[in-house]
Amino acid sequence: MISLYLSRRTWLHGIPAGVKLLLLVAVTLVLVPQKEPLVLGLAVAGVAALYAALPETWAAAWRLLKPLLLLMGVILALYLWSGQAQAGVLVMLRILALVLLANLVTLTTRVDDMMAALLPLFRPLALLGMPPRRLALTVALAIRFVPLLFEQLSALGEAWRARSPRRPYWRLLPPFSAQALGTAERVAEALIARGGADGFAPEEPTKEKTS
Amino acid sequence: MTDRSLVQIALFAALIAALGLAPNMAVPVMGGVPITLQNLGIMLAGVLLGWKRGSLAVLLFLLLVALGLPLLSGGRGGIGVFAGPTVGFLVGWIFAAALTGWLMERLTNMPVFWAAVVSAFLGNVVLLYAMGVPGIAIVAGIPLGKAIAGAAIYLPGDILKVVVTALVAQSLWRSRPSSVPSFSKRLD
Repeated sequence: MISLYLSRRTWLHGIPAGVKLLLLVAVTLVLVPQKEPLVLGLAVAGVAALYAALPETWAAAWRLLKPLLLLMGVILALYLWSGQAQAGVLVMLRILALVLLANLVTLTTRVDDMMAALLPLFRPLALLGMPPRRLALTVALAIRFVPLLFEQLSALGEAWRARSPRRPYWRLLPPFSAQALGTAERVAEALIARGGADGFAPEEPTKEKTS
Repeated sequence: MTDRSLVQIALFAALIAALGLAPNMAVPVMGGVPITLQNLGIMLAGVLLGWKRGSLAVLLFLLLVALGLPLLSGGRGGIGVFAGPTVGFLVGWIFAAALTGWLMERLTNMPVFWAAVVSAFLGNVVLLYAMGVPGIAIVAGIPLGKAIAGAAIYLPGDILKVVVTALVAQSLWRSRPSSVPSFSKRLD
């Protein structure tokens, strides 16, 4: 699975994920209610300076920003149309600064480190039967499932195209979902056979059957 | 939570991602507005898995995105997307899947197609837009009315996806009832 993380190290890679995230939260809290053009301009200039110092990130950062530009263009057009050019520019500056800064954190933090830093936020899920250890296993499973499911979907598409000149539209989805749920069934059985998500304390087999 | 539920949650988080990676369908009847299949995955999670597993699958998907995996349609990802104007829709997905699944679990005396239509429409259109559109208005600082007008172009596509979700649920329910655990009370 390809992540957005850039493997070419920069000085920003060396800063712990938790510190980067806390700084990001702090900047966000300052900028969100901010209406002062000077402060917002300084924020954008600061982020731009960070990027200028990190040329390794440019290509990836541009790919991340591109899909947002269309929506931002529409919003800016709305402002111009209602004659509030200045307010529109301020909103653009704020969104640009926050998104670019957050993307910089994503680009320079390994998925594992990000996971370790974000895990405390997911503690309350223990109430829903998902303690951190199980969550970590579920994340790992999901990451492995993404390419697997994509392969299954592509295989169904190829099978369809080999037999029909028409486009499948939604018709691949029932077999795809059924196949995916079948995969879940087999993986769950394999997991239970190996001691379950909790390691060496397997759940009662009868309990599994009724679920 | 059983190990089986855990795997189903992981699988549906991945299914939402896989549908987002699939090439966009341009639907001819709508003047070529590109339709991403990603929120179809969100609808399916709620409709098929029920409120608890469905919303946890969506939450897990958003966690993967936040960790820096480019899983949102168009290859977007990272924590930056949560600072963008569409954050209301991303967070709204969790609640949309929860409401859709909750309704699906309770409408078991309706035919499965209509139960899915009602659930997915109220959860993934009404509630989702009610969270996502004010999100755009707040982040972008534009009046709510304009945000509604802007979001309205996606409405036909989303209604189409509600129908497709219901067709998938119906087809699965008839051919493989165990694939629709949210509805399985009816089997008892």
